[in-house]
Amino acid sequence: MEFWVTQAFNGVSYGALLFLLAGGLSLIFGMMRIVNMTHGSYYLLGGYVGLTVIWQKGPFVLAILVGALAIAIIGVGEWNAFLKRLSGQELGQVLTTMGFALIFQDLALVIWGGDPYTIPTPQVLSGAFELGQMFFPVYRLFIVFVALAVAVVLWLVLERTRVGAMMRATVDDAEMARGVGINVTLISMCVFALGAFLAAVAGVVAGGFVGVYPGADFEILPYAFVVVIVGGMGSLKGAVIGSLMVGLLDNFGKALFPELSYFTLFAPMAAILAVRPTGLFGRA
Amino acid sequence: MRETLFQGYQGVVLGVVGLLLFVAPPFLSSFFLTLLTQSLIYAILAMSLDIILGYTGLASLGHAAYLGLGAYSVGILSTRYGAGFWVALAAGVLLAVVVAGIFGLVALRATGVYFLMITLALGMVVWGLGHRWVSMTQGDNGISAIPRPKLPLPWSFAESIPFYYLALAGFLLAFGILRVIVRSPFGQTLVGIRESESRMRTLGYHVWLHKYIGFLIAGGIGGFAGVLWAYYNGFVSPADLQLATSVEALLMVALGGRGTLFGPALGATIIVLLKNLVSVYTRRWLLILGAVYIGTIVYAPEGIVGALRQWTQRARPAPLRAET
Repeated sequence: MEFWVTQAFNGVSYGALLFLLAGGLSLIFGMMRIVNMTHGSYYLLGGYVGLTVIWQKGPFVLAILVGALAIAIIGVGEWNAFLKRLSGQELGQVLTTMGFALIFQDLALVIWGGDPYTIPTPQVLSGAFELGQMFFPVYRLFIVFVALAVAVVLWLVLERTRVGAMMRATVDDAEMARGVGINVTLISMCVFALGAFLAAVAGVVAGGFVGVYPGADFEILPYAFVVVIVGGMGSLKGAVIGSLMVGLLDNFGKALFPELSYFTLFAPMAAILAVRPTGLFGRA
Repeated sequence: MRETLFQGYQGVVLGVVGLLLFVAPPFLSSFFLTLLTQSLIYAILAMSLDIILGYTGLASLGHAAYLGLGAYSVGILSTRYGAGFWVALAAGVLLAVVVAGIFGLVALRATGVYFLMITLALGMVVWGLGHRWVSMTQGDNGISAIPRPKLPLPWSFAESIPFYYLALAGFLLAFGILRVIVRSPFGQTLVGIRESESRMRTLGYHVWLHKYIGFLIAGGIGGFAGVLWAYYNGFVSPADLQLATSVEALLMVALGGRGTLFGPALGATIIVLLKNLVSVYTRRWLLILGAVYIGTIVYAPEGIVGALRQWTQRARPAPLRAET
């Protein structure tokens, strides 16, 4: 019983982290159909920038904000200079963003070196709740809380505001949206910035949880992709459910079948896609 | 044919390149010979990917899986069961074809971005097994000390020159097979599907089956490249299966020129040489490789062969187009 509850809790908190990373990616996919291999780099760079802020004696909240803003600017620059022109060319997008991912990986190695770091977290977020034999680390609860807050805000923006309606219109049919006078380019840029921003938030938050280290970018990238494809591109609900599924499958897979753990994660994904190629909540 | 002019030269170019490859070994240092051997093996992988990417128009993000399946077959069979070259070769190619057969059923339901994403997830399944199924694959340590093949020939393939000729033979075989395939009615149908799937369907072609067979061929030949790779390296690890390897294969095809077979082989050679030579001079070679990725898309979106083709067509008066 304790095993199941603890693993489920770990799975949900990892899923929350994945939601932060993949929520924005899903919107980017849905709106622009950009296959962004740099998304993992945003996560990694965000973590490193956050770490630097902490090293300069900045508070944890500032680390998250500075990291996320810096990466959002980098993301917008990359989108504006290259990706904007590559719409509809999947191969070109994959290769360009992969090129950026390699460059960022190497730059991070030059700037921050090859040692793994953990971002020190505030005193309030350390420790754990005890419930009988079970421990629930406060920091993991904090991640779940942040992800919930982001999900609610995103949902409100998407469903209840004018900008959100424009975003949804662009996801549904970019050409028609442009036709009725929506500035699709501007909206796309904002969504791209938002995706990079959230990925960097995930990176800083993950820094206090799994750490910041070279290679984290390509380690987490497939997870983000799987969340997006399983949930369905451009669907917020899909991203939430996809993240939870991936987080839980990953945790239980590693705990129950360590030798087959990635298989137990990716094979069900492939099975879902075999039945629904556009994901659970995606539209073709 | 559309590229009459270019194809007139193509035979000559191929002949010269083939001859050069054949006589090259005595003139090369052992370092360059190993690089050329590597290039030939990666060229096989890139050409196999070209069947689905260049000729059928489906970008796969999981092609490293077939390289890895071929390589792990050799690693496991030869170190654990002492299997010989032919058994390992047959097993490697067969395993790659069977897995491609299963993956194809899933992946070919989609196109475009969705195809890309599904092949990525499927590639990760194979990577995950290589990474975690330690009792079979030895996980991240990989399988080392894979012996070079022993064939009833007077040469020992532990030497670099005979092994080079083995790789060259494999390359020529793969190139020959793929060239026959792409020039056959089957290959032309794939091109038709790339250009307009709906039109080919209307014309009565079984689009899915053509794609599926193309997918199997690409997988099988990719597995063949993996077999040679394991023998060449003497070592297999999950790095052969990872996403970066799949993307690198895509880069090789794009850099050389999609849908040209020869182009991807050229692209593979350039990338192998670049990776190995640049890393001799600077530790920042990832930076340069990244720039090559971006530069390829910005400056040569049709690849080197594509650019040459455009250039030869522009340099001469356009031939009359009698075909439809």
